[in-house]
Amino acid sequence: METLDGNALAGLFAEVFGEDMTTTVITCRTCGTAAAIGDTVVYPNPMAAIARCPTCTQLLILITQIRGVSCVDMLGVA
Amino acid sequence: MEGTAVQRRLTWQVANVTATVSETPSVRTIELAVPDWPGHRAGQHLDVRLTAEDGYTAERSYSIASAPGEPVALTVERLDDGEVSPYLTEELRVGDQLELRGPVGGYFVWEPTGTAPLLLVAGGSGVVPLRAILRERQRSGSNVPVRLLYSSRTLADVIYRDELDSYGDGISVSYTLTRAQPPGWTGHAGRVTPALLAEVAWPEHEGPLAFVCGPTSFVEAVAEGLVGLGYPADRVKTERFGASGATGGR
Repeated sequence: METLDGNALAGLFAEVFGEDMTTTVITCRTCGTAAAIGDTVVYPNPMAAIARCPTCTQLLILITQIRGVSCVDMLGVA
Repeated sequence: MEGTAVQRRLTWQVANVTATVSETPSVRTIELAVPDWPGHRAGQHLDVRLTAEDGYTAERSYSIASAPGEPVALTVERLDDGEVSPYLTEELRVGDQLELRGPVGGYFVWEPTGTAPLLLVAGGSGVVPLRAILRERQRSGSNVPVRLLYSSRTLADVIYRDELDSYGDGISVSYTLTRAQPPGWTGHAGRVTPALLAEVAWPEHEGPLAFVCGPTSFVEAVAEGLVGLGYPADRVKTERFGASGATGGR
């Protein structure tokens, strides 16, 4: 499957957080890898924007947008 | 309200197409007038949104091909099964409007104050943000030495060839052609291998900064190769692209 990286989510992240997030370093709750959001793994998904850990591919951040409302879940971030 | 900065919220806005340039049979550069453009940095990108009559939308992220201070330009490769690129490369006309959001991204960005020798490695249309970096180097008067290694299927697929060949002076450009080489070709042939990287890349002890952009498999092979040559991982900036939007199908 084709994969992208967190740079592809830069626009959405900037819209949601109000600033660039691609250089923000987050730590994976599962394996402890620290990575810039721009370097996370993104599998295209029509339902949600999902950034995964570049080491263990566990889900880090999930963003859904429904009828103009954004929902951010940082469930995999330590 | 002293000390209060009004933060500009990133929102969708409408740009006007002012020019189009055919780069190769399948690649087109689109120049845009963006009324509320806050300026960008070399290597940043923007999101384009197309809306169909029935309200269906498709978003894609494209690297900005122009240097800061120049008109905003995108260079788009047509993907036959793409949802957005066929429209941008074939249907869009001067005078048309295009909805965009940007600039975005701070990760894959080069600042002209940098002093490290630059290694730029492009796979196919991954050359687009690297061209913005080259132009920014020229525009800013920076004299950091640059090596560009550009992997392309054939010579006819090389984007910006005239411009790249005209640089000289501190910028050395190497091509490798993966699918076919013209008679008498003196450049490299085949994929970017660790051996080719060892030949072309700055030695690690010179403290280089690398920018690698291309399809995911290309970027991962090159980044791995550079780390194998001793480049610290944080000195290898990567950007991967693909046919799909991050939050959409084809």
